[in-house]
Amino acid sequence: MESTLTEEFKAKAAHICARYPRRDAALIPLLAEIQKEHGFIAEEAMDALARLLEIPYSRVKAVTTFYTMFKRAPAGRYHLQVCRNISCHMAGAPGLLESLRAKLGIKEGETTRDGLFTLSAVECLGACGSAPVMMVNEIYFENLTAGKLDAVLEDLRHNRLKDLGL
Amino acid sequence: MENILLKDNVADLESYFASGGYKPLKKALALNPARIVEEVKKSNLRGRGGAGFPTGLKWSFIPQHAGCLRYVVCNADEGEPGTFKDREIIRKNPHALIEGMAIAGFAIGANHGYIYIRGEFSAEAVLLETAIAAARAKGFIGKNILGSGFNFELFVHRGAGAYICGEETALLESLEGFKGQPRLKPPFPAVKGLFASPTVINNVETLAAVPAIVEKGGDWYASIGRGKSAGTKLFCVSGPVKKPGVYELPLGTALGDLLEKSCGGMKEGRRLKAVIPGGSSTPVLTAEEARDVKLDYESLAAAGSMLGSGAVIVIDESQCMVDLLRVLARFYHHESCGQCTPCREGCGWIEKILNRLEEGKGSPGDIDTLYSVAEGMISRTICPLADAMAMPVMSFVKKFRGEFEAHAAGKTCALRTALAGKSEAEPGSAI
Ligand SMILES: Cc1cc2nc3c(=O)[nH]c(=O)nc-3n(C[C@H](O)[C@H](O)[C@H](O)COP(=O)(O)O)c2cc1C
Ligand code: SF4
Ligand code: FES
Repeated sequence: MESTLTEEFKAKAAHICARYPRRDAALIPLLAEIQKEHGFIAEEAMDALARLLEIPYSRVKAVTTFYTMFKRAPAGRYHLQVCRNISCHMAGAPGLLESLRAKLGIKEGETTRDGLFTLSAVECLGACGSAPVMMVNEIYFENLTAGKLDAVLEDLRHNRLKDLGL
Repeated sequence: MENILLKDNVADLESYFASGGYKPLKKALALNPARIVEEVKKSNLRGRGGAGFPTGLKWSFIPQHAGCLRYVVCNADEGEPGTFKDREIIRKNPHALIEGMAIAGFAIGANHGYIYIRGEFSAEAVLLETAIAAARAKGFIGKNILGSGFNFELFVHRGAGAYICGEETALLESLEGFKGQPRLKPPFPAVKGLFASPTVINNVETLAAVPAIVEKGGDWYASIGRGKSAGTKLFCVSGPVKKPGVYELPLGTALGDLLEKSCGGMKEGRRLKAVIPGGSSTPVLTAEEARDVKLDYESLAAAGSMLGSGAVIVIDESQCMVDLLRVLARFYHHESCGQCTPCREGCGWIEKILNRLEEGKGSPGDIDTLYSVAEGMISRTICPLADAMAMPVMSFVKKFRGEFEAHAAGKTCALRTALAGKSEAEPGSAI
């Protein structure tokens, strides 16, 4: 099973593990690396990582499940994460979510059929002064309005935000 | 007065250095570590992460005997709803944090530091890594710093999405590669923290204040602010004011001045209804209470609330308090780690009752139930997340009982229905 981890990954893992006095402390950063490479964390990858770090599979699974940023199944190319906490709520987050649902034809937790968009409502993103806020993959979009949201969706559809890493 | 933390043009190492940066580190390395702890004690600096514990005192709890590993950990999890100040420090003045950590390391005898940053802040994590690399290249981080013989390695560790990891012992669990479940205290982290070693854990804003204290002295810092609330504080203002954002002001500044002078007052047509002064878990103040209160530890405590993280959430008359409390309850219920029954069950009950009230399906008895469930959660759990849910519930119900009663009487929320249509049409500017 360990073959699912490339040599390149193992080299990177060794480098990350060296930051800690105990190798298994690197579990969360390494799960993040796997997700960065594959878009999600498959059961086989969890198993391989458990072997690499010499820890029980059950711990890897429990950690993967505990943290909300880890995905256990493939998601859309663009993961739209709309903050639903208090400051964004007051600034119109429910309306943003509603219009995304209508425009994309999906609910929170779902992915559009073309595999382009996954929609989530998330908790405070630590950018409340520029509410309402949405993250697309790792990029923040702040001070959103209906018009700005439309523009972002169009840009994503036409692959125009490559400069942002999207 | 001049800002201590939020400065312009110090984001990169060259300009930070040119403005006197890393001089405090050099000064510190020539001092006796105990002297530095004394200076921080004298400054009256208190933790900016929420609890306000005296920083020098916390550092002095680290056992003095030689031979054991020690750690400095920076809490950059910034998850308390309403809070967005640490992100600003990392963007504008990352070297103040790095230098503060190196000084803290020297003061407590730690050769390793970790910055635990919330997973969503990926741009800021990269920024920090770049800044640390620059500091290492100049010999401010790493082996034999500035020829002093002191070694200090510093790493960025990214979280992966879990509010509870902001709680210091959950953070340590997470940093060790486990689920972020808080530990029972004692033992406190100063005795048995990261990897079972003595650990100081401080917020970004706390550590970033350390270089200035070393440079200008504890007495200087203590002279800023009001009484025992020393220094400046970053206030993050969100809600319908003209200029929301992060403002650095001396502790003791009037809340009214923050809102009127710094933020330009309420947006056109908005009237102040309430303020949550220190992040979502601190008790709400009515507009009346907010008018004259000063922003410092003692004044806010006297007003029945807390300074918390300095997250000032402004609420205007168009908002429904039941609806807002429901948003908070959904959050705390989602974030409870589930170890303690009063927290796990209590948050669940509170959310359920609030949903019922919001949907017009509640009964008058629900309001007292809500209050007593919250009361039963206070001080009964491993960590204070349960209290963080209970405090807003109790204060919202106490101060805005009329709105809860109207909901319980079966009336659907007039405010919400009126606004729902509007916000769909124009999300950004509706509310
Ligand atoms: C549920 C919960 C969440 C917390 N979140 C944070 C946080 O995001 N950032 C932070 O600095 N402190 C947070 N704290 C406070 C920490 O437990 C701890 O008191 C703080 O990091 C100590 O640093 P300080 O003394 O410099 O404030 C949280 C506490 C609790 C109970
Ligand atoms: S109070 Fe809640 S979050 Fe804190 S340890 Fe107990 S269950 Fe977990
Ligand atoms: S409430 Fe949305 S970013 Fe904080």
